[in-house]
Amino acid sequence: MLKHLFNFIIFPGFLFTAVVGLAASWIDRKVTARVQWRVGPPWYQPLADLVKLSIKEITIPKNASKVVFLLAPLFGLSAVILAATFIWQANIQLGASGFTGDIVVILYLLTLPAIALILGSSASGNPLASLGVSREIKLMLAYELPFIICIIVPIIKSSGFLKMTDLIAFQAINGVFVSNISGILAILVAVFCMQAKLGLVPFDMAEAETEIMGGIYIEYSGILLAVLKLTKTIMMVALPVFLSSIFWGGFSVWKYVVLLVVMILMRNTNPRVRIDQALRFFWYRMTSLAIIAVLLATLGM
Amino acid sequence: MSDKIIPIGPYHPLQEEPEFFRLRVDGEVVTDIDIEIGYNHRAIEKISESKSYDQVTFLVERICGICSTSHPFAYTNAIDDLLGVEVPERALYIRTIIGELERLHSHLLWLGLAGHFLGYNTVWMWAWRYREPVLDIFERITGNRQHYAMFKPGGIRRDLDEADFPWIKKTLKSLIPKFDMFKGAVIDDPVIRARTEGVGVLTKQDVHDYACVGPTARASGVAMDVRKDDPYAAYGKVEWKVITQQGGGVFAKAVVRILELYESTNIILQCLDKMPKGPIDLNIKDMPAGEGIGRHEAPRGEVFHYVMSDGGNSPARHKVRAPSYMNIASNKKAVIGETISDATIILAAVDPCYCCTERMAVVDYKTGKKVFDGQDLIRLSQEKTERLRQKTKNR
Repeated sequence: MLKHLFNFIIFPGFLFTAVVGLAASWIDRKVTARVQWRVGPPWYQPLADLVKLSIKEITIPKNASKVVFLLAPLFGLSAVILAATFIWQANIQLGASGFTGDIVVILYLLTLPAIALILGSSASGNPLASLGVSREIKLMLAYELPFIICIIVPIIKSSGFLKMTDLIAFQAINGVFVSNISGILAILVAVFCMQAKLGLVPFDMAEAETEIMGGIYIEYSGILLAVLKLTKTIMMVALPVFLSSIFWGGFSVWKYVVLLVVMILMRNTNPRVRIDQALRFFWYRMTSLAIIAVLLATLGM
Repeated sequence: MSDKIIPIGPYHPLQEEPEFFRLRVDGEVVTDIDIEIGYNHRAIEKISESKSYDQVTFLVERICGICSTSHPFAYTNAIDDLLGVEVPERALYIRTIIGELERLHSHLLWLGLAGHFLGYNTVWMWAWRYREPVLDIFERITGNRQHYAMFKPGGIRRDLDEADFPWIKKTLKSLIPKFDMFKGAVIDDPVIRARTEGVGVLTKQDVHDYACVGPTARASGVAMDVRKDDPYAAYGKVEWKVITQQGGGVFAKAVVRILELYESTNIILQCLDKMPKGPIDLNIKDMPAGEGIGRHEAPRGEVFHYVMSDGGNSPARHKVRAPSYMNIASNKKAVIGETISDATIILAAVDPCYCCTERMAVVDYKTGKKVFDGQDLIRLSQEKTERLRQKTKNR
């Protein structure tokens, strides 16, 4: 019991992932700054932001549904920490790691932060927040379908493993899935879905500062905002590591850096798309690609 | 989803100035828009009546922070018209150079901001980076990066140094590859096209109905440019063409502005070559009674200044009409029927300058109602015109 708690809170769960995530978000900000001919923040800036936010006052809107508004960020954070713990444990073979079907559980857990944010934000009663919420819901409907379909590819290719450690072990023996055409297609779709899950440009329309002033985050302040930011930061570690474990034969630093760089480049070379364009992109293009990948995988390609 | 109101402003990350757009939306679609101005009125026209003619040039320069030279340009044109004088050739060329340099930096600024509004911050930073050399040129030739204080009734205040010309030419020519890059980045980028093409379209008829000016009109295929239609300064003496596009949407407006960067560079380079030597100022001492108008094609469109003199030391009446005042109203046509995501970029696409547009509004703070409606304001201005007429008749 104590060991599980340690795994959840310190290593490899909350604290470890948060530190890696803060480092990653510093790299993101620094690289973005250099791309944009700016100097960029010092290495401790993401942490400093969190500390600053957590000593600020929390403003609760008058007509907000208080319990939901206050608890939703914590709900999202704990879900993503749990997902991160599972993903890390599968990768570093810590103890009796994983159980059959943990991929499905992780998929659910990675969906929860968005749902929590939708709940909390719509509880705030702000019209701009409700606009952001409606965009986030549409975006979720858009990216979840191709994401889940492309996760099926490694399951088919490994002839039915539903456990992350099994998938990693299978790839260690039979070669990584991205060496096949179906694996490449699947990880391509997954990378786009990851960008949308993280709410980064071009899929940041739920936040859209210049349109709806932060939309879904608009009423959150103080430590609640810090928690939401931390959730995003941890997602920024959990998602790439998850993808590299199921498609790319397990975590390694350079694979993570490659995925991070793809993320940063995508967000710096694109404008924000409209929600209907995002929906069309994910449903028509990405879903078709994911289905093609599944078909190719069943043919053994 | 029922109708609800999405406010853009008075304080909003989209705008750096207080302005209020009340969008009535159905889901994401805008069904109606209400434009409210009058948050930051500075009574410049009134202040102008208490300053001397020379001081007014500095005053009107402060109407707008970005196109700061357009107002002095139009104002000095108005005074020269009032005086009926021929300004020295060299001064005309220098005025043209300043006006076109300003168009360069203003269009680059807009390009960057448009990128920011679309969430494309890289374009923002890059456009502003390549705006820097233009500001460096300004600093070298006028001493200031903004508010150049170069204009003066009957001439200009400072001469340009011939020794600077090679450096200015080199800097400008080095910018042309950068403009090519932006042209490529905007025109060839499929995502930018998808976001902006056919969005917020103004037809030719809309442009005429709302009396749009500047790039907003030219993007709808109306070849309207004061520099060509009624040449002033040195614009009649150099080779250049009016850029028009047929699309009418945000994309067409962006293309017009990018292509105008090339034309402006071209005009400046020609002016530097053709500029004659000679005096730069007429040293005007007396101001006769009379009236004059001045126009200038600012980066955002036609600026119009009217000055009435009663022979005294300061204008009896000074009227300013800035281009954004005409262009912002066209949002009423362009925004309705589009989504909120598009509404923000459409509002920004006319390159709005709210401080130019600002008009007085008297609001009762207890009820929140406006004290004067349109009819009242027309009546008040007619009364004022009548008073002015009596005043000048008595002299």
